[in-house]
Amino acid sequence: MALITTAEQEALRDVMRAFLRKYSTEADVRVQMDSELGYDAQAWETAAEQIGMQALAIPEELGGAGYGFDELAVILEEVGRTLFTGPVLPSVVLAPAALLLSGDSEACARYLPGLADGSQIATIAVSEDAAMWDEADITVSAKRDADDWVLTGTKRYVLGGAQARLILVAARTDRGVSVFAIDSPATGLTIEPLPVMDLTRRLASLTFDRTPAVLVGEDGAGWTTLSQVFDQAIVALACEQVGAAAAVLELTVDYLKVRQQFGRPIGSFQAIKHRCADMLVELESARSAAAYASAAIAAGAEDASVAASIAKVYCSQAFYHIAAESIQMHGGIGFTWEHPAHLYFKRAKSGEVLFGSPAAHRERIAELIGMN
Amino acid sequence: MDIDIAPDHADFREEVRSWLSEHLVGDFAEHRGIGSPTDDAAWDVRVAWERELSAGNWLGLTWPREYGGRDVGLAEEIIFEYEYARAAAPARVNTQALELLGPTLLAFGTDEQKQRFLPKILAVEEMWGQGFSEPGAGSDLAAVRTKAVADDDGWQIDGQKVWTTFGHHADWLYVLCRTDPDVSLRHRGLSLLLVEVDQPGVDVRPIENLARSTEFSECFFNDARASADMVVGGAGNGWRVVMTTLGMERGSALMPMQLAMQREVTDMIDAAKSSGVLDDPLIRQRLVDAYIGVNVMRSSNLRVVADLLDDTAAERGKATAAAATGGKLFASLHHQLMGELALDVYGAEAVYGADGGPAAARKLFLLSRAETIYGGTSEIQRNIIAERVLGLPRA
Repeated sequence: MALITTAEQEALRDVMRAFLRKYSTEADVRVQMDSELGYDAQAWETAAEQIGMQALAIPEELGGAGYGFDELAVILEEVGRTLFTGPVLPSVVLAPAALLLSGDSEACARYLPGLADGSQIATIAVSEDAAMWDEADITVSAKRDADDWVLTGTKRYVLGGAQARLILVAARTDRGVSVFAIDSPATGLTIEPLPVMDLTRRLASLTFDRTPAVLVGEDGAGWTTLSQVFDQAIVALACEQVGAAAAVLELTVDYLKVRQQFGRPIGSFQAIKHRCADMLVELESARSAAAYASAAIAAGAEDASVAASIAKVYCSQAFYHIAAESIQMHGGIGFTWEHPAHLYFKRAKSGEVLFGSPAAHRERIAELIGMN
Repeated sequence: MDIDIAPDHADFREEVRSWLSEHLVGDFAEHRGIGSPTDDAAWDVRVAWERELSAGNWLGLTWPREYGGRDVGLAEEIIFEYEYARAAAPARVNTQALELLGPTLLAFGTDEQKQRFLPKILAVEEMWGQGFSEPGAGSDLAAVRTKAVADDDGWQIDGQKVWTTFGHHADWLYVLCRTDPDVSLRHRGLSLLLVEVDQPGVDVRPIENLARSTEFSECFFNDARASADMVVGGAGNGWRVVMTTLGMERGSALMPMQLAMQREVTDMIDAAKSSGVLDDPLIRQRLVDAYIGVNVMRSSNLRVVADLLDDTAAERGKATAAAATGGKLFASLHHQLMGELALDVYGAEAVYGADGGPAAARKLFLLSRAETIYGGTSEIQRNIIAERVLGLPRA
């Protein structure tokens, strides 16, 4: 259990940062914002070949590198810094976690090697009406069809839903919520990309009409798996947010040092300085919250869910505040399309909403700590 | 998750725990959680408790043995402070000496000064107060005007200090004085002098704060005396010495503060449960925010401590220096939010009544206002963060 990174993890950070400096410049991100796929497939392949990014948290016997959540946290922070548009969150974190936590060794053997080498993109589809994951909200049904299963219903807010070839779906059987795998495209599957405000992160709605699916893990045991995946999801997002918040704060402070008004750098005015200090304190606090939650996940600690929701609330809000202040401090240029401030601002808002709002997570914390 | 901050020191932790469980009993145990570095509640009990600590050799853990210390490392000190706070032992009384003056003397004092003063601090025989702020020199400390003039018998001191924490309990004051009459020299003309309170030229008057307690005093110096050997770090070096002292004022206290705040949040949630206001959705969300804040503080403190104790780090504490610098600002602001929330949890009872829980809520509400002022105001903290951490230009 560690709250600070090791030298080895810092080396991993350096490698990842060097990769992103080359393949995820602001210009690259803008190209992908306008592309149909939404990410650079070539860069995705290069990440797999050169640094094994996709293999990081997959066990060695399944083609992975066998590291844990601590290493994922480092990667995610760097990915967040540059707003890398590759489907890291769904395909490197969520889908592998769901497969591994399901305990279904057959499904792991079938899918994980392809995820580890980057040749497959995967995602997970849980949310329906609400962005927050909630067992009671699951209405997509799974019915037996001879030896197979078929799914019917609609999933919303699916990360990389139009890009993934493997979609893990939370659906309800007679025994309760269970996880199913769908190879996309599939019979009866309609994919509708959502008109997202944050073009760096693509989401889709998926409609299933008697779509063939394979059960992953035990019938009825899906929510046990998914609630653990959920904790990983929100902490992974928090790690991304820390990286992105750090990047936008750096960008802002650099500007404040050179932008002159009244014959001096505007960063010398206390009206600006004090707000930057508050932003730094928020950033460092967010970093602490994410580090603690990552460590709790990695250790399987009993307070992992509380720590995860704390990180979700704090990091979302810190990133949003820092990104909003960034636009203000840049003045007019910060309100233009050509300036990157709005990319961070929109990413901040989309992340705040993803997997449930801060208010929803406060309520989750209240329930978890026994405030009944 | 229970974080073992220094797993290599399990024996020491056990020693601290067992000593505390054996000695934090009776009257001391009844005063669990009492006082703070700025609240002199139950002073006599706390002095007795500090002597108990002294007898157990728990004061000045990192100080050399020749002065009565234990000569152990930072890990042991952090473990001790953590266990101490966890046990909610009464707040120590001579923190000015233990945390500020003592380390300053160890860094800058002469052998004679160290031998004269350090053992008496650890024996709880002499209490200390800080003479830094003045009516005209608060955040702008380099504007101090209290002057000290060298003559054949030592130093003659004239001027006025204010906001001296526990000044009315102090036997000695460490006083930042202007020893070069040229005020335009600012920080270059200052010296730190050690001044005994019990003399005709020193008059210490307690000041009532807005909660009607007397945590601090004002100190008047009229032809006060200090012998020639009572200057710390050499005449004219006061600024450097004092900046080191102020550097010591942050960091070490944050973990105990966080634990105390955690207890306050738990109490508030319990109170809200029993009164039913927990069902008020606004109060409920604010209570969770209070809970989130103290947990974020805990994570930051643990991260800073892990970094300070990391013997593989190229430079210990560097990776978390920014988090450490912001700790005081975060804690003080969050504590004020908690004070405001506490009043809303108890409602009218905290404002118009006040025993038990409501009284504690009122005290938290009132005393937390000081926390964004003392030890460097929030505005000064923000200047420090903006200039030293972010590198923004000075005006």
